[in-house]
Amino acid sequence: MTESVAPIVRFRDPQIEMAHGAGGKASRRLVEGLFAPLLYENPGGLLGDAARVKIDGASVAITTDSFVVKPLKFPGGSIGELAVNGTMNDLAVSGARGQAMVVTFVLEEGLPTSVLEEEIRAMSAALRRAGVAMVGGDTKVVERGKADGMYITTTGIGSIMPQVNIDTQSIRPGDKILLSGPIGDHGITILLARGELDLEADLSSDTRCVLPLIEAIAEEAGPGIRWMRDPTRGGVATSLNELARDCRLGIVLSEEKIPMRDEVRGACELLGLDPLHIANEGQFLAVVAPEYADAALNALHQTEGGEDALIIGDVQTEPACAVLVTTRYGGSRIVDMLVGDPLPRIC
Amino acid sequence: MRYVDEFRDPELITKASDEIHRLADTGKHYRIMEVCGGHTHAIYRFGLKDVLPSNIELIHGPGCPVCVLPMGRIDDGLAVARNADVIFTAFGDMMRVPGAHGSPLEHKARGTDVRIVYSPADALQIARKNPDKHVMFFAIGFETTAPSTALTLMRAKAEGIENFSIFCNHVTIVPAIRAILDSPDMRLDAFIGPGHVSTVIGCRPYEWIARNEGKPVVTSGFEPLDLLQSIVMLLRQLHAGEARVENQYKRVVPWEGNRAALKAMAEVFQLRPYFEWRGLGFISQSALKIRDEYAKWDAEQRFPIPNTRVTDPKAAQCGEVLKGVLKPAQCKLFGKECTPEHPIGALMVSSEGSCAAYYNYEHRKAAAMVTSISSVA
Repeated sequence: MTESVAPIVRFRDPQIEMAHGAGGKASRRLVEGLFAPLLYENPGGLLGDAARVKIDGASVAITTDSFVVKPLKFPGGSIGELAVNGTMNDLAVSGARGQAMVVTFVLEEGLPTSVLEEEIRAMSAALRRAGVAMVGGDTKVVERGKADGMYITTTGIGSIMPQVNIDTQSIRPGDKILLSGPIGDHGITILLARGELDLEADLSSDTRCVLPLIEAIAEEAGPGIRWMRDPTRGGVATSLNELARDCRLGIVLSEEKIPMRDEVRGACELLGLDPLHIANEGQFLAVVAPEYADAALNALHQTEGGEDALIIGDVQTEPACAVLVTTRYGGSRIVDMLVGDPLPRIC
Repeated sequence: MRYVDEFRDPELITKASDEIHRLADTGKHYRIMEVCGGHTHAIYRFGLKDVLPSNIELIHGPGCPVCVLPMGRIDDGLAVARNADVIFTAFGDMMRVPGAHGSPLEHKARGTDVRIVYSPADALQIARKNPDKHVMFFAIGFETTAPSTALTLMRAKAEGIENFSIFCNHVTIVPAIRAILDSPDMRLDAFIGPGHVSTVIGCRPYEWIARNEGKPVVTSGFEPLDLLQSIVMLLRQLHAGEARVENQYKRVVPWEGNRAALKAMAEVFQLRPYFEWRGLGFISQSALKIRDEYAKWDAEQRFPIPNTRVTDPKAAQCGEVLKGVLKPAQCKLFGKECTPEHPIGALMVSSEGSCAAYYNYEHRKAAAMVTSISSVA
């Protein structure tokens, strides 16, 4: 009998608010409560960064991402560059090498061509750096006042790195949490670039393609890699909370080891933000088996842009399904997923 | 980072913690109230309970302005915001605070023009840029934020900016402390005095607490070492059988306060005869209203205000938690119906609210420990 069971829709929020797009708890509720039961074929593991599909026996990874950042240009990058790197990174942390990309532009009536051309050039440069081909696209134009200049959606398809097998069920107590470099640069840069705060800092977005770094650890420590994620919206805290819930184990971080620039720390202190909730666009987290931790770190340290990688904590049995941060003087606190939306429209 | 790192130095913190363990009499139980929500947040954020002896109980006080604001005031403010051509501005903390008909953010999603500002001066700037709109700033806070509201109003008057108004919810800290002390179910030993409020009002206004009530007060900073030092100072007084007001936060708080700020407040505000506090009820002379000279910029005088009264959901025990009678997790709704994402009581909304602070930093830690204990047993 193939009688289908009616899918259960659990999403009860009466309307969509900015928090539903912030990557934190509300986003998860929307995806799990509405999209997954009605749309997705295989709801298990759907919160990964890319899906795997089999076509005529061959496995490929596929992902899509929209970019609505405001302002379009910011120190260290712009929407076009972000649109290429973001999708490449989602594939990379899923253990896939981006091979081809398609793009959709939603342009606002009145957008100066010079602005558009600049973004197309930024995309082209990012594609070249990432070694991926743009193979098609679509363009829509909406009335003035409807799209903040432009929105960009990119969809990427990638080949799977055979030496990497990402599976949260393989995570064990004792596994190490690896972070590729300092956190918070992107989120704080965007916040300051909006000019709404009379704060200035010498800071730029960390947007970059992390594929070379991931290829390096896959090469040297591939069998030890259990999970990877790029901590974009919602930051490191949200990514690790999702992980803790999926593997039903505790993630324990050492606060003093979490690297960040003084500018990020200072801005967060002033504004009352937790750096662990701030978005990144050029970093990734990995869970690595302890016997592969040194090899993974060495591989990153020898790759350009991976010099600052370090182990920030480990997996423990307690507190199950939660992230605990220990302070230098013996205190500890739970760090939850992002709730609400401190900084809307950052990517 | 200067003024931060030296107050988080592990060696100094260990020393202060050792001193507290030495001073705390094991036969006694100490109930110390930190008045200010900023302190509550810091205590949880830095995990300070882990370095204190178990017989020192920190009770979270009423010093979270978002938490003590009655729900009806939010509805009143949003009633003004629903007028076409009105831009509603407020600090980010206010945005998710539920009124009876939704929070400012929910109103934003329904089309009301709601904007986050970082200071009332930013709201005035929006008014300058939008002369065809009316910009209302929903002002909240103790004496910490009241001076900047006052200066902004003085600026608006000087520049003749008339498309701007303040919906004033400013409250004052001392009457709230008095209400707590008058409450029959309260037994407190000492107070960690508010830091930021004291930068404006100084330390003198707390002297009656020491003199008349016999409770030591130490005005404290917000870093881990500040708070531990303040507890050391309080324990020393309790040991010696003294009750004085001391200032631990000398690097920021002048004993006499900030005269310029107090002068600006006196120019613009007068005391309301009484004001409702969530959880504490009506407290006389506990809030500020805008003087008649500034009536043109007073949203309550410019717009019809429905004067909404909303009783808190019966099951929510915000009042008891606010007064320190109950711990956050002892409230029937805590962590079930009431969470930071879906706050029912205001203590769950602001990161300075004791329920949100406890939920974010502590309660799952506690829950995890219970699980691990029961799995051992």
